[in-house]
Amino acid sequence: MTRTGTAPDIVLRLDGITKRFGALTANDAVSLSLARGEVVALLGENGAGKTTLMNILFGHYTADAGTVEVMGQVLPPGTPRAAIAAGVGMVHQHFTLADNLSVLDNILLGTRPLWSFRLNRAAARARVRALAQDFGLKVAPEARTGALSVGERQRVEILKALYREAQVLILDEPTAVLTPQESEALFATLRRATARGLSVIFISHKLHEVMAAADRVVVLRHGKVVGEVATADTSPPALAAMMVGAEVALPRVAAGVPGPVLLRLDDVTTPDEGARPGLKQVSLNLRAGQITGLAGVSGNGQAALADLLSGLIVPTSGRLILSDAAPAEWSPRAALAAGIGRIPEDRHKTGTIADFTLTENAILETYPQLTRAGLLDHRTARRFTEELIADYDVRCPGPEARIRLLSGGNMQKLILGRVLEARPKIILANQPVRGLDIGAVAYVHSRLIAARDAGAAVLLISEDLDEIMGLSDVVQVISEGRLSPGFARGTMGAAELGQWMAGAGFDHAA
Amino acid sequence: MTDLLDIFLSASFWVALVRIASPLIFATMGELICERAGVLNLGIEGIMVFGAFAGWLTVYLGGGLWLGVGVAMLAGMAFGLLHGVLTVPFGLSQHVVGLGITLLATAAAYFAYRLALPEVTSPPKITPFAPWPIPGLAAIPLIGEGFFAQTPLTYAGFVVAGLTALVLFRTPLGLALRAAGENPAAVEAQGLSVTALRIGAVAVGSGLMAVGGAFLTLSAFSSFFFEMVNGRGWICIALVVFGGWKPGKAVLGALLFAAFDAGQIRLQQTALGATLPYQVFLMAPYLLSILALVVMSRRASVPAALMVPFNKGER
Repeated sequence: MTRTGTAPDIVLRLDGITKRFGALTANDAVSLSLARGEVVALLGENGAGKTTLMNILFGHYTADAGTVEVMGQVLPPGTPRAAIAAGVGMVHQHFTLADNLSVLDNILLGTRPLWSFRLNRAAARARVRALAQDFGLKVAPEARTGALSVGERQRVEILKALYREAQVLILDEPTAVLTPQESEALFATLRRATARGLSVIFISHKLHEVMAAADRVVVLRHGKVVGEVATADTSPPALAAMMVGAEVALPRVAAGVPGPVLLRLDDVTTPDEGARPGLKQVSLNLRAGQITGLAGVSGNGQAALADLLSGLIVPTSGRLILSDAAPAEWSPRAALAAGIGRIPEDRHKTGTIADFTLTENAILETYPQLTRAGLLDHRTARRFTEELIADYDVRCPGPEARIRLLSGGNMQKLILGRVLEARPKIILANQPVRGLDIGAVAYVHSRLIAARDAGAAVLLISEDLDEIMGLSDVVQVISEGRLSPGFARGTMGAAELGQWMAGAGFDHAA
Repeated sequence: MTDLLDIFLSASFWVALVRIASPLIFATMGELICERAGVLNLGIEGIMVFGAFAGWLTVYLGGGLWLGVGVAMLAGMAFGLLHGVLTVPFGLSQHVVGLGITLLATAAAYFAYRLALPEVTSPPKITPFAPWPIPGLAAIPLIGEGFFAQTPLTYAGFVVAGLTALVLFRTPLGLALRAAGENPAAVEAQGLSVTALRIGAVAVGSGLMAVGGAFLTLSAFSSFFFEMVNGRGWICIALVVFGGWKPGKAVLGALLFAAFDAGQIRLQQTALGATLPYQVFLMAPYLLSILALVVMSRRASVPAALMVPFNKGER
C-alpha cells in the first residue's frame, strides 16, 4: 500500500468544491484536508454551508465543481455507496435510523449484497458487541431502535459507520441533542477512535466544544473557508470573530427587577403523551420583570409545559393560578385573554401558516377584534403589518407576500412583533432563536430583554445552555417532567446544570 | 349449538375453508410486501380481477394451467409497475393512483372479455387444477383433506407465504425493503435506491395479487364472470392490518376469515337459517372480521413511512 502524489497521512482531501442552489452559492471553492487520526471541526453559522459540504463529500449532493479524494482516490460524485466503500461514514444531524427495526438490523442494513441469501445475524451481533466494547459505545443489539434515547441512537449511528470500517467519520452537529455529560462521553469515544487511526470531521457552531474536541478548526462563512487554525493557537473570541466576520461582544445582560408573581403553577401534573413526558408535580413562579430560563435536553417535558401555558392542555392535578386567581376555564383563547404571548417552538408548524400572507399571519391571534361590521378590517390589518415590518426589521417583499418566502430569521421577527405588539404580561419564548444567525439572535434577545424591562414575565425555553445562562435571571432545569429549584443568575455553572439535566439532584431535592 | 359443532367436525368445512383462504393468502402477501416497502396498493381489487381474467383466458385459448398462472403474474406486475412509477418517483397520491388502477384494471378485464367473447351469454368453462392429495397427510382425520388434498396452487400459496416471511426477515433484501418502509432516508444513506426497492416491491406484490385473482378462475370456479372478485382485494388490505404486517399472522387472519365465510354458508342450511334472513349470514364474516380487526390491530406497528413519498435530497 504505497500512495504517490499525496503525503501518506492525508486520508481525505476536498479540492475546490463549489455548489450552487439557484442564485445562492452554498460552497465557494472550498478546499480542506484531513490527516489520519486527526479531528477537524467545521465551524460556521447556520447557512454557512457546512452541511452542504459534508453532503457533497458523502455523495448526497453532486458538486458543480471540485473533487473529493479519499486515500488518494477520487470519488465518483453523487453516490453515497462509493463514499461508504471508500471508508467514509456519516452521522447525520437527523438520524437515518428506522425506529421499528432492531439496533442490529439498522446496523446491518446495506452491509451485504441485496441478493445474497443470508444476513448471518449471529456473526454480525458478535462483531457489533466487539466494536461497542472497543469504542465504549454501550448499546443493546436487540433493542428496538425507537425505544432508545437520543444519545443511544447516536451511538448506533457511529457503530453503523464503524461496522462498515469507516476511516473517516463525519458528524453533523453531534452535540445538538445531547446533555453536556453525553457530549463528554461522545468526545471520549472520538478520542478512542482517533487513537486507532480513525479521522473525524465534526460540524459545530459551539465554540467551547470545538476548542475541547478538535485538533484543528476550519471556519466557513457564506460558503467560503475564511480561516483554518490549530485549536492550540486560537481562542473562542478569535473563532467567533472569524465566524461572523467581526468581533462579537457577548451580551452582558443586567439583572432584572423582579416584580409580583404573574403566573403560578402549584404542584401541576399533566399526562404523558406517548414518548413525550408530561409534567410531574411542577411548581413554578413567573415574576414580572424577570426572565426565567428553562434548561433541559429536549423531550423532557418542555413541550408539556409550553402546551400548558398556551392553553392547549389542562392539568390533571394541581393548579394554574394567574395573578392570584385560578382561571375558570383554560384554553388557548383564555391564555391569550390572560395576556400570555406565545413564541412557539416550531415557527413553520405552529407559528405561521406558510401559504398565508404576512398580514394574515400577523393578525392570526387578534383577528376577532379586527372586524368592522362583521367583516375583517383589512386596511387596519395591513397598516399594522406594515408597522411590524418596519419596527421589527422584517426583510420581505411586502405585507401581501406569502410568509413561506421569508427566511427563518425574518419569519421569527414577524412572530416576535405579533407577540410583543399585543403587550403581553407573560411571554412564553420557546426556542426563540433556534436556527437563526448571530445577528438575528442578538436582535431577538434584545427585544426579549426590553419586554422584561417593561415589566413582562418571560419564560425562556431553550436547549442551548449558553443562551439560558446568558439571558436568564433565574434558571430552572427540567428533566423527565420534573422541575429543579430556581437558581439565581450566576450561581450555577454549566457542569452543575448538566448534572441536573441528566436527572441527578432531583431525588435529594424532592 | 350442535349445528355449529357439526359444521366444524365436517371435513367439507375444512376443505372449503382452505380453498376460500388460498386466493386471500396470495393477495395478502402481495399487499403486505407493498406496504412493508412503504406503498399502499389500492390497485389490489382491480389487479385481482385482471389476474382472474388473464389466467382464465390463457387456459381458454389452449395454454397450460401453470402458463395461466404465469401470465396472470406478469399482467399483475405490469399494473404494479405502473402503480410504482406513478407513486414512487413521481410521488403521486397513493390513494388516487391505487383506486385508479383498480378502475382501470377492472374495466380493462371486462372490456377484453367482451372483445374476446362477444356472443357468449353463459361463461365458458375451462378444466381447472385438480386436487393433489399428499399421500399419508391427506388421511389425517378432519383437517387432512382440508389442508393436504387441495390443488397445487393452494400449496403454492402457503409456500409463497413462507418465502415472503423468509425473505422479509432473513435476507439483506428483505431488511432493505422493510427499512424503505420504515425510514427511506436510512436506505438512501446506505447508498441503496429507495425508488428501485419500492417499485420492485410493488411490482412483485401486484404479481402475487394477480395470482390470487387467477386462483379464482384456475382453481376454484373454472370460469370467469364479472364481479367474481367481489371485494376480496379490500379484505386483503384489512388482513394485512389484522396480521400486523406479519406474514404468519396475516395467513392466520385469512384462514379465520375463510372459516367465517365457509361457516356462514353452512349455517344458512341449518334450523337457524330458516329463521334469520340470509343477508345476516352473508354479513357475518365481514362483521366478525371488523371485530377481529379492532381487537388484533390495537398494538400493530404500522410501517412508519407507509404512504410517505420519498424525494432524494429533501428532508
